[in-house]
Amino acid sequence: MTYEITNPPPDLAVLVKGRLDTLTSPKLESELEPSIAKASSLVLDLAGVDYLSSAGLRLLLTLQKRFKREGGSFKLRNIQPGVMEILRMTGFLKILSVE
Amino acid sequence: MNVAVTLQFPAETQKLPLVLEKLDAHLLSAGCPEDARMQLAVAVEEIFVNIANYAYEGKPGSATINIKADAHKASVCFADSGFPYDPLKKEDPNIEQAAEDRPIGGLGIFLVKEMCDEVHYERRDNMNILTIVKKY
Repeated sequence: MTYEITNPPPDLAVLVKGRLDTLTSPKLESELEPSIAKASSLVLDLAGVDYLSSAGLRLLLTLQKRFKREGGSFKLRNIQPGVMEILRMTGFLKILSVE
Repeated sequence: MNVAVTLQFPAETQKLPLVLEKLDAHLLSAGCPEDARMQLAVAVEEIFVNIANYAYEGKPGSATINIKADAHKASVCFADSGFPYDPLKKEDPNIEQAAEDRPIGGLGIFLVKEMCDEVHYERRDNMNILTIVKKY
């Protein structure tokens, strides 16, 4: 998994590539934390993400709860078909904002 | 091509990339299509990580993974000698809840059940044996 901050906070945008799994999802969360702490909105571009397990879902739900609680906005962009299917089967498409 | 292989790994989450790499190589040579390979990899991750995190309660242990696959179907059987645990008895999460009400976690085995055509658990010879089957 690699990522690139394409827009700095407060309107944070991050392009993610690779797998969001048990090992990489906590890494992404902790490395983005300093930027997220300064952000009022976050867009995760998942154009390069071809794999999402429950650890990735955990990260998305954590971010959704956090931005909602703090009155910010959290959106996903460019979701690939395999990842979209996992979001659908777990009900996440109903609780996440997709651009 | 028919594939039948048995692999053994230390039950440690750090071994996950190796487990998934081996799985993908065998599924690819069996002729399993890309979308099914991804779903099988997610299912295998969820089960392997469960074994690594919980089966041996922090003590060293191993997980044996048997893969049988052809161009239409794959079955993956996991065996561990950890504490008796049937993950299928865990209640499914409520996927209709609002984000603020949804608990963080608890989706791993639910995903396995959603993505596979069959999931079986048995306790045999002091082992936890979990088998998943996916058709494609």
